[in-house]
Amino acid sequence: MTGGRRRTLGLLAVGALLLALPPFLSAYPLTLLTQGLIYAIFAMSLDLLLGYTGLASLGHAAYFGVAAYVVAIMTTMHHAGFWTCLVLALIAASLVSAIFGLVAIRAVGVYFLMITLALGMVVWGLAFRWVSLTQGDNGISGVPRPRLGPWSFAHQTAFYYLTLATFLVALGLLLLVVRSPYGMSLRGIRESEGRMRSLGYNVWLHKYLVFILAATFAGLAGFLWAYYNGFVSPVEVQLITSVETLLMVALGGPGTLVGPAVGAGVIVFLKNFVSLYTKRWLLILGGVYIGVILFAPQGLMGALRTGHHQNRKTLGWPKRAERGGPW
Amino acid sequence: MEFWVTQTFNGISYGALLFLLASGLTLIFGVMRIVNLAHGSYFLVGGYMGLTTVWRTGNFPLALFSGSLAVALIGIGMERMFLRRLKNQVLAQVLMTMGFALIFQDLALLIWGGDPYTIPVPRLLSGSFRLSLVVFPIYRLFIILAAAAVGIVLWLFLEKTRAGATIRAAVDDGEMAQGVGINVPAVSMGVFALGAFLAALGGVVGGGFIGVYPGVDFEVLPYAFVVVIVGGLGSLPGAIVGSLLVGLLDNFGKALFPELSYFTLFAPMAVILALRPTGLFGKV
Amino acid sequence: MTQVPALSLTDLSKAFGGLRAVKGVALCVAPGERRALIGPNGAGKTTLFNLISGELAPSAGRISLFGQDVTSLPSHRRAALGLARTFQITNLFSSLTVLENLLMAVQALERTKLMLLRPVSSYPHLFARARAILESVGLSDKEGDVVKNLSHGEQRQMEIAMALAGRPRLLLLDEPTAGLSLAESRLMTELLKELDSEITLLIIEHDMDVAFALTDRVTALHNGSVIADGHRDEVKANPLVREIYLGSA
Repeated sequence: MTGGRRRTLGLLAVGALLLALPPFLSAYPLTLLTQGLIYAIFAMSLDLLLGYTGLASLGHAAYFGVAAYVVAIMTTMHHAGFWTCLVLALIAASLVSAIFGLVAIRAVGVYFLMITLALGMVVWGLAFRWVSLTQGDNGISGVPRPRLGPWSFAHQTAFYYLTLATFLVALGLLLLVVRSPYGMSLRGIRESEGRMRSLGYNVWLHKYLVFILAATFAGLAGFLWAYYNGFVSPVEVQLITSVETLLMVALGGPGTLVGPAVGAGVIVFLKNFVSLYTKRWLLILGGVYIGVILFAPQGLMGALRTGHHQNRKTLGWPKRAERGGPW
Repeated sequence: MEFWVTQTFNGISYGALLFLLASGLTLIFGVMRIVNLAHGSYFLVGGYMGLTTVWRTGNFPLALFSGSLAVALIGIGMERMFLRRLKNQVLAQVLMTMGFALIFQDLALLIWGGDPYTIPVPRLLSGSFRLSLVVFPIYRLFIILAAAAVGIVLWLFLEKTRAGATIRAAVDDGEMAQGVGINVPAVSMGVFALGAFLAALGGVVGGGFIGVYPGVDFEVLPYAFVVVIVGGLGSLPGAIVGSLLVGLLDNFGKALFPELSYFTLFAPMAVILALRPTGLFGKV
Repeated sequence: MTQVPALSLTDLSKAFGGLRAVKGVALCVAPGERRALIGPNGAGKTTLFNLISGELAPSAGRISLFGQDVTSLPSHRRAALGLARTFQITNLFSSLTVLENLLMAVQALERTKLMLLRPVSSYPHLFARARAILESVGLSDKEGDVVKNLSHGEQRQMEIAMALAGRPRLLLLDEPTAGLSLAESRLMTELLKELDSEITLLIIEHDMDVAFALTDRVTALHNGSVIADGHRDEVKANPLVREIYLGSA
């Protein structure tokens, strides 16, 4: 399988660069790289939901944002430490998704999309309006860089390596999950829920669990984001952020984990880089959205795999909303 | 007492505005099952075009129709050239229409700049009237009447005309409709154009009241979707009830619990959906 | 029936709005029995299967599996009680390989399906069982092929394989020979004949030769109601059945 080996080598090369290059980079590229890695975790978490299980959520940013807000509030108002914030952020993200999942998982297809949209808006609304907690539109600023014992991660390079380490841990865990029997069941659900049910799988339970799992990893990304950005605002949980993450997954190639990570890097780079040269970067981003659907429906990973893109191919998941049993 | 009356009135008028936006969306959803994140953009662009028309000609009724017609044409273009090939591919629709939404947003920014505007409304519609102790802005009444008019026309169209019957058939069962010879692609295009027209009309009408500004597209979009989903895909009565519900909940929420206002709006929605995933009037 | 029936339907009905697809069906299948379910298109056979397997909820009536009332039990719980089915329109995991499809089926009733952190490859017993089933249906050499690239006949074989993975006690076969050529039908019939005699079979079939080759008891359905039920010779001779089959194609 030379194709696969070539890909592994390519990824190892990228990995090596990510490890070795940063001390030589100036501040701006380094921050972009850090941002890219954070969004990579976010995109991979969505891939678990979308690419592997076939659940397209329009509200995934909610969990990213909840975690970010937890960090922001805990550090600025309660001077909480790194580990406290990590635990609380992850608990918050999984708790919110556990509650939301009870409402959302019963729905399929378009309805699932819309319910997750509404749930994402609930979180956005709270972020925007619960001013006494979240400072509303003004956001919470002054989030300090974390300290781990005697080490401070204030310096950009140090924080970058913290982010990289977190990314690698997340990637490792997600790879374990998708290669596990549970991970395999997710693919089955994506392909045919009806069959899975008749085989004996409790499809609702599997979907509910992946919903929470994906949200927790999104929370991990949000946790890092708060420290990275130093500032958290309702932008983190708005609809556009959720849609952009969908784009990252679609661009990178759903169901590959690494693809969405790359997609995240591309979008982050595009947004920041293009806006340096033209004010019309929204237009270009819009073009990217359309371009991906028209020219690379399987994403970058898919294009690399087949060598050339396949025209008009669907994005690989079940098209019609499958009605499960009456329960 | 005045508080409740005012808030109810305000809620109804906001719901009326939402109805313009959501009525077309629910028909589009019902016939084509298309997720169109650019629907808010139709509202935006319609509003801006209405603004320019009023600036140039001072004619408000003209603005209402020119903006809507122009956007309807844009809608047809989008549907025919891009969305038609994405039948049933939910994610692709989301992403492609999002792309268009961003493009529209940026072009609007380019053409009209970043300042917020309000469409100048005719003297007839400005000012307010008084009922016992409560003061009502006339323009809000206009919105309610406009939406009611549109609602009645739509209802008559759907129930009493052949074209309307074909649309209802297509909403009920697209495959069957095609089977009995209904030209579903033509119906789809027509419905899409109608939906875009209504959204743009909403934008012009709303332009005199909430204004036209960058970002209004993504502000109204979630509301429109929630109305449609809660009311039920493809259901006009659902859109009416949904818009009123959302308008009232939003208003009262903001007035009574300002910090939790979006929560008081979207949470009941989520609960309704949890109990009836296809919406209040949707087919199961 | 002195022993507990494998399947027992009591006054089962299903209506879709105004359309009554299944009307007061009563059925009793003994363990180990081979029963054919025949009837013209639209008679309600697949709807009946969907009711038995749990995909549809009945409007009225009760369903029992091996003596246990399953009427309100979801599909996956019925599978755990020993129910398996094949689908009339092939319903496989088309972008996965043959082996992956079988692995999915094999682990369905095992505890490993919720294991999160160890790779699938660390559970060799799943692979062994999957391969054994593939062998028994004659698809061993296709294990690495992606399912959507299989021929129609091979996909129908896969349907059977998937259903056998959970060691079912009651197997519902929905038109196993649908779309197969004469030669393929014969192969399929041979395969089904060799199924473990302990498994109870309920087969929907349009091909009378296949139906009568595999079963000795027949239930005939028409417009949602049972019109004949008994030994195949009895049913073949039943005037109502003859009228329906001679009247239609």
